[in-house]
Amino acid sequence: MSGTDLTRRTADELASALRSGEVSSVEVTQAHLDRIGAVDDAVHAFLHVSAEEALRTAREVDARRAAGEAVHELAGVPIAVKDVVVTKGLPTTAGSRILEGWVPPYDATLVERLHAAGMPILGKTNMDEFAMGSSTEHSGYGPTRNPWDLDRIPGGSGGGSAAAVAAYEAPLAIGTDTGGSIRQPGAVTGTVGVKPTYGGVSRYGLIALASSLDQAGPVTRTVLDSALLHEVIGGHDPRDATSLSDPATGLVAAAREGMTGDLSGVRVGVVDELDGEGYQPGVRARFEESLELLRGAGAEVVRVSCPHVVYALAAYYLILPSEASSNLAKFDGMRFGLRVEPDEGPVTAERVMAATRGAGFGAEVKRRIILGTYALSAGYYDAYYGSAQKVRTLIQRDFTAAFDQVDVLVSPTAPTTAFRLGEKLDDPLAMYLNDVATIPANLAGIPGISVPNGLSDDGLPVGFQVLAPARADARLYRVGAALEALLEGTWGSPLLARAPELVTEGSDR
Amino acid sequence: MSTISREEVARLAGLARIDLTETELDRLAGELDVIVDSVAKVSEIATADVPATSHPLPLTNVFREDVTGEVLPVADALAGAPAAEDGRFAVPQILEED
Amino acid sequence: MSTMTTPLVDYDEAVARFDPVIGIEVHVELGTATKMFDAAPTGFGADPNTQVTPVSLGLPGALPALNGRAVEYAIRIGLALNCEIAPLCRFARKNYFYPDVPKNFQTSQYDEPIAFDGWVDVELEDGEVVRVEIERAHMEEDAGKNTHVGGSTGRIHGAEYSLVDYNRAGIPLVEIVTRPITGVGARAPEVARAYVQTLRDLFRALDVSEARMERGNVRADVNVSLRATPDAPLGTRTETKNVNSFRSVERAVRYEVSRQAAVLDDGRSVVQETRHWHEDTGVTTAGRVKSDAEDYRYFPEPDLVPVAPSREWVEEIRATLPEMPAARRRRLQGEWGYADAEMRDVVNAGAVELIEATIAAGAAPAAARKWWMGELARAAKDRAVELAELPVTPSQIAGLQALVDSGRVNDKLARQVLAGVLAGEGTPEEVVTARGLEVVSDDGALLAAVDEALAAQPDVVAKIRGGNLGPVGAIIGAVMKATRGQADAGRVRELVLERVQDA
Repeated sequence: MSGTDLTRRTADELASALRSGEVSSVEVTQAHLDRIGAVDDAVHAFLHVSAEEALRTAREVDARRAAGEAVHELAGVPIAVKDVVVTKGLPTTAGSRILEGWVPPYDATLVERLHAAGMPILGKTNMDEFAMGSSTEHSGYGPTRNPWDLDRIPGGSGGGSAAAVAAYEAPLAIGTDTGGSIRQPGAVTGTVGVKPTYGGVSRYGLIALASSLDQAGPVTRTVLDSALLHEVIGGHDPRDATSLSDPATGLVAAAREGMTGDLSGVRVGVVDELDGEGYQPGVRARFEESLELLRGAGAEVVRVSCPHVVYALAAYYLILPSEASSNLAKFDGMRFGLRVEPDEGPVTAERVMAATRGAGFGAEVKRRIILGTYALSAGYYDAYYGSAQKVRTLIQRDFTAAFDQVDVLVSPTAPTTAFRLGEKLDDPLAMYLNDVATIPANLAGIPGISVPNGLSDDGLPVGFQVLAPARADARLYRVGAALEALLEGTWGSPLLARAPELVTEGSDR
Repeated sequence: MSTISREEVARLAGLARIDLTETELDRLAGELDVIVDSVAKVSEIATADVPATSHPLPLTNVFREDVTGEVLPVADALAGAPAAEDGRFAVPQILEED
Repeated sequence: MSTMTTPLVDYDEAVARFDPVIGIEVHVELGTATKMFDAAPTGFGADPNTQVTPVSLGLPGALPALNGRAVEYAIRIGLALNCEIAPLCRFARKNYFYPDVPKNFQTSQYDEPIAFDGWVDVELEDGEVVRVEIERAHMEEDAGKNTHVGGSTGRIHGAEYSLVDYNRAGIPLVEIVTRPITGVGARAPEVARAYVQTLRDLFRALDVSEARMERGNVRADVNVSLRATPDAPLGTRTETKNVNSFRSVERAVRYEVSRQAAVLDDGRSVVQETRHWHEDTGVTTAGRVKSDAEDYRYFPEPDLVPVAPSREWVEEIRATLPEMPAARRRRLQGEWGYADAEMRDVVNAGAVELIEATIAAGAAPAAARKWWMGELARAAKDRAVELAELPVTPSQIAGLQALVDSGRVNDKLARQVLAGVLAGEGTPEEVVTARGLEVVSDDGALLAAVDEALAAQPDVVAKIRGGNLGPVGAIIGAVMKATRGQADAGRVRELVLERVQDA
């Protein structure tokens, strides 16, 4: 069994191989570490590789299995974790220079759950600084590259997690999604990404961007793998007041049901406002083909209108910067992380804070903090933050009305395929438009999945988004797995099989 | 809706405690103007009769039992500190008393 | 700090020409086992940063989880202050940068306090009652503690750096804000003091806080403004922060009235600012000027969900409220039969609980008052401590009184017994035994002493026989001296007369 073969397997396949004793966790983990060693110079999906810790966990799991202990279904299957998630003993930077070298003294709840399941953590993945961005170019540590074309962006903010999974560096990864940071990278790298219902996965230990929008979720190559991972990390956590009491169950079952390819009786709504102007022709074409496949599987496809969704982007770019400006206030050089003294003048706490934040934050972070400070500041609150929260109500009502008519809503995940590095870096508004289809779900708190549904005219992957009502995450898995099965039926293989092989030796890209 | 002057950016940077260079001030004033113009449309539909949504899911009364739990060992608490002394965080002199 | 002497107008003169208006914000630290938003303990006096979690340190990723008991305590306080309890309220973030605020925002309630629109009656020392209106009572978290190091003076401005301890960060607080208190005129300082004292008593009665002033469990911010006449609009106010004893509250108001009067007399205007109270010199000095730079950018705390106390819960809490201190005092006064002035003295001396416990242990109300307001008050004064801090318990006082009532000790001996107890020699019973202070009631022992005294003074005996009873006292005195005061003087007299007649 070669290492390459192991890295090409899905998490579900690896879990069976581990269960049957065909392979050990050490072998699986080492194979992925080798793959990281071979391709990550080119891809730069990882900010930190924790080989020793991962292998230690792998050995422990192997020993427990050998001793006949009952272990979790995914025990021994390695995983990559976005660097916005705090990991005890492993450096955590959220892609920011202001946290360079910080080693958290505690684990996020979802990391505790990965540990409890016996899943080796391969390392921490690259991201836009504090998850602000749609291309991973805003990382303080250099961009991640798209495994489909190394000159292109892998999406963002979770470009590292998506690229790691797409480049077979990890079978599974953790992402976080505030406005599309799991789903949009999934779309542009040909991988699966799920944003659970707000409160479905604990936020305790996620370095907050926008508290009322953030949600962690699975980044994988198959819908079933996402369901498996979702059940590991989901469920109630008393340390997160916004955590739902619902158990994370029934998701794997829903995925397996969907894999039969039968969607009889499922009502699918195409959101008028998320399909049309601004979407690449190739993106639209694949979307229409996918709708046809759903119809063929017995689904009833109708068009629905969510008129206020066109205001989502505007509301989002008020709510997010406002909450972020407050969440990021703690990065001040007093208790942890970078401390920078002013070049001249007295060294006071106030001036050190300002110097630290001036030096430690990148351009996009500064832009959003200033914008958020403006939106919350006296005299503007009602017009900006207050109004944005009302838009949120209107969008929620739109979705509630739509879900009275249909079981799930669908749209393309992102309006375009992966653009070139640097292409939109100087145009913040153009960059923000990448998330136009994913943002509404965050504002409403509802769950969404992106499933790869083909290649656009430029040969780059395209994603299909499914949205479900709050707490009905299982529907995503049923419909997502069905679409995946139907598509792979027409392709004869997973989409990623069509990605170029990354040169693994003497690589100069 | 409004224009954000360079002075306004400087005031906001002061509130947000971020040192900005002259170049950054100039650039941000221009960029924020464009962004604010494009997001200001939220007020078009945010009428008085629409309630604001601060939390995406309507939970209430989530309480914790008043029972003590684990604390961080002092060494862990201070491990990430840029400076520490006598079990405490050392910070530069505080000029402005609250 | 300026070395210039601040001009002041004599207080009586100031209040003769200006009408003072005060407003008071009281912060009380709740006596919960854990902090407002995390499970770190709240004990007093722990080593620095030993009572912190990622939440109280504001580490990246940490989230608040609201302490249900703190909410219950806030409701108790609200109900005791006759407030409405909000059917739904949220926390907000108050954003400002300061090293002792770990997240650089304070999680507090802003425009949605849990309790609002209440009142409390405040009784002044002469019995006058002033009703203080409560605008709101809301929940918030405390900040950490800075220690300023280096520099010449140790004050903030001279410090080279500071050390921060976050043990206090996140301790639950309830802040109680009054409406402007008008119409109290020259008595404003007294009202301010009595109000804070009333709240302190209330917190203790409600069992929501230890309410120890010296530990900063209760802290007051005092707003003062002057206006020309009671019907003029309110003047510009100053807010004197962190005034932490009853006496200081009174002094700070008095000082600000005198200072502001001087400013106004001078034709200048009072600056709206925060001022600092200096306990040692009894003055306030200017702090931060309130300006538009103070833009806290409040918004609803997204990490916490709204608090929506059900009406059932509120009524359940209301039903368990203890008797309020003022009502209790009225009831006890009636039960004990004290005159108004007597009761006021007892209250002012902080002796209500002590006397109540002494009576409960068996002493008569008058006797209990006599001990605590007499001998014990003197002892406390000599030692410069509170009555409650004396090393004697109410049940020991009741025991001492029982010794008097049974005739085993007389008043003079009882005072000696008490001195022994206060000196740490044990219970009254133990002191009586150890010092041999019991009244000598054994006639045999007494007769010997009487006979000895009579033999020593034959001329006196002759006078008594002659019908002159005056000199009996001299014999009794001699017997008392011989028995070191432990004889019952009445019995000695009887024995002397018997012996003289018999002889």
